Amino acid sequence: MSERVPILRIRQVLLVSIQTDLDDQAVLLLQDDLAQAVVDSGAHGVVIDITAVEIVDSFVGRMLATIASLSRLLDAGTVLVGMRPAVAITLVELGLSLGGVRTALTLDKGLRMLEDDHAERGHEGIAPDVAAGA
Amino acid sequence: MSGASRTSEVLEITTTAGVVQARQQVRALAQQCRLSLVDQTKLITAASELARNTLVHGGGGTMTALLLEERGRRGVRLAFADRGPGIADVDLALTDGWTSGTGMGLGLSGSKRLVDDFVLDTTPGAGTTVTITKWGR
Ligand SMILES: Nc1ncnc2c1ncn2[C@@H]1O[C@H](COP(=O)(O)OP(=O)(O)OP(=O)(O)O)[C@@H](O)[C@H]1O
Ligand SMILES: [Mg+2]
Repeated sequence: MSERVPILRIRQVLLVSIQTDLDDQAVLLLQDDLAQAVVDSGAHGVVIDITAVEIVDSFVGRMLATIASLSRLLDAGTVLVGMRPAVAITLVELGLSLGGVRTALTLDKGLRMLEDDHAERGHEGIAPDVAAGA
Repeated sequence: MSGASRTSEVLEITTTAGVVQARQQVRALAQQCRLSLVDQTKLITAASELARNTLVHGGGGTMTALLLEERGRRGVRLAFADRGPGIADVDLALTDGWTSGTGMGLGLSGSKRLVDDFVLDTTPGAGTTVTITKWGR
């Protein structure tokens, strides 16, 4: 059986941290779980932490792009955090642009990005305590 | 093809778990021949794409891994083989963005860019073998 990646909720943000080498079924499961969680929670943003991820191939890339466009339809932003430089270089050469997916170097910056976006769209801050501080 | 083989391992790829195993085996080999971190990442990514093609398009198959040594430099050679439907139009299959299914059409063309050597050998109705090599610097 494929493992399930936990989805944490911090106020109005859903947080996923990928810690293991997921098989394709686990990747699809995560995509479905996240989509459902965005719908159910009405969250304003999704943060996907890939600090521990050693490679991103076309399958995982497609999942990330799908999550980002789905979230956008539901008025939520998506930020990918912690991409390793070697992963970024490889993605470019593979030809995956991850067009609609925004990235931040750290979790903190990612949360701040979501907060700024949300405020720009005319809402209150989403997670002032979490996003506060450098 | 040149280079003396040092070890040879054959891995069955018949489930998505096999694709994960392929990545892990290639990671170990890439570290053994001291590829740089970027080159390791490129090789593992290419292997992941080709292993998935073997499973999804080829109906399952094998990955044969070789550690090479030639004039003092080391490399990894991987052959992904299946007895699936083969590829009727190789140029089309190697075009960025072309897919016969629901993928992104980047697996073949992208993995070709990620390695030093890429050989696609396919016979419609008989199967496909893709052999890639990455050398240490
Ligand atoms: N081992 C194989 N056996 C038969 N056909 C193959 C094989 N590998 C690739 N193909 C064909 O070549 C096409 C392109 O392969 P490629 O890996 O580039 O894209 P994809 O698998 O469709 O999508 P993805 O970007 O998700 O990998 C496939 O859609 C398929 O038709
Ligand atoms: Mg493919």
